[in-house]
Amino acid sequence: MKRGIKTYITLFLSTLRISAFTFGGGFVIIPMLKRQFVDVLHWLDEDEMLDLVAIAQSTPGAIAVNASVLIGYRIAGIAGAVTTAIGSVLPPLVILAVISMFYTAFRDNTVVGYVLKGMQAGVCAVIIDVVITMAWNVIKDKRVFPICIMAASFIAAFVFEINVMYIVIVCGLVGVTFMRPKKGDGAQ
Amino acid sequence: MIYLRLFLSFFQIGLFSFGGGYAAMPLIQHQLVTLHGWLNMTEFSDIITISQMTPGPIAVNGATFAGIRLAGIGGALAATFGCILPSTVIAIILAKLYYKYRGLSFMKGVMNGLRPAVVAMIASAGLSILMLALWNGAFDIKSTDLIAAGIFLAALAVLRIFKIDQIWVMLAAGVLGAVLYALV
Repeated sequence: MKRGIKTYITLFLSTLRISAFTFGGGFVIIPMLKRQFVDVLHWLDEDEMLDLVAIAQSTPGAIAVNASVLIGYRIAGIAGAVTTAIGSVLPPLVILAVISMFYTAFRDNTVVGYVLKGMQAGVCAVIIDVVITMAWNVIKDKRVFPICIMAASFIAAFVFEINVMYIVIVCGLVGVTFMRPKKGDGAQ
Repeated sequence: MIYLRLFLSFFQIGLFSFGGGYAAMPLIQHQLVTLHGWLNMTEFSDIITISQMTPGPIAVNGATFAGIRLAGIGGALAATFGCILPSTVIAIILAKLYYKYRGLSFMKGVMNGLRPAVVAMIASAGLSILMLALWNGAFDIKSTDLIAAGIFLAALAVLRIFKIDQIWVMLAAGVLGAVLYALV
């Protein structure tokens, strides 16, 4: 990857834009990052993206910032990580700074509420769109372990609301026990 | 010195909040309300409300809000920097290990196990927000927010069919929300 100034600008603007629209924080940002860096820019493939998300999940702190930092690091080293870190915290920093000055008026404004409700529905569509694509990629391989892990993790996270940290640990252990590439399995 | 104290408080919040998102909430409350008395409970719950309505992780939002209240823009910067510094350093160290060892069958096994789990966790987060958007959190088919449901389905159709930039889809959803909710 050529690390010209354009790379940094693209990294900065991508994370800035995505962060500005990540309402609610957390996992919401992942589908956005995936769409931008995997589908649009083709800087990462889907497997590596999922690996970086797993690392972001295993790191303390906000997953949105962690994932942005990891992508920046992967594309352009430490300088890239700093670039995406700034890109991802700048929008909430600026927006919160403005809002904190007159937050009761903001909180009670009906038009702001309508726009935010509409955008919330739009965010859902972006996430579900990416989830459909990624889940289909797991299912169409027709391998038992990945499909079972996906189903079990979903039930654990969504139905039982188990802390994602435990899900990460258990699935990592299952993977290392049952899903190591076999010798001569070059395609793995 | 207030800048340093803000930095150190949020450094701890950033370091110990595993699991992301709302996992940071009790830590923020402990540091800002209980330990230092920088915010009262009403202000703290306002941070949560505002965090839900605005972009960004709740810890970063809390850092900016508390920082500004206590020491202006400089306070916001010190708190935000403290909040993201530990996780950034740890993430980069883990990434270094990942790129060094990802050729090993051990590491490949771990990642093979984690990838489908990550897809599931994203799906779970997505459905939680969908529940919030369409049913205010508790599923009840009779109280479906039809405007939100319509915007959601239209946006999903546009995203599936056209390779359109997601930011435009969301801006359009916001405008549609303002118009439709105001009309109905």
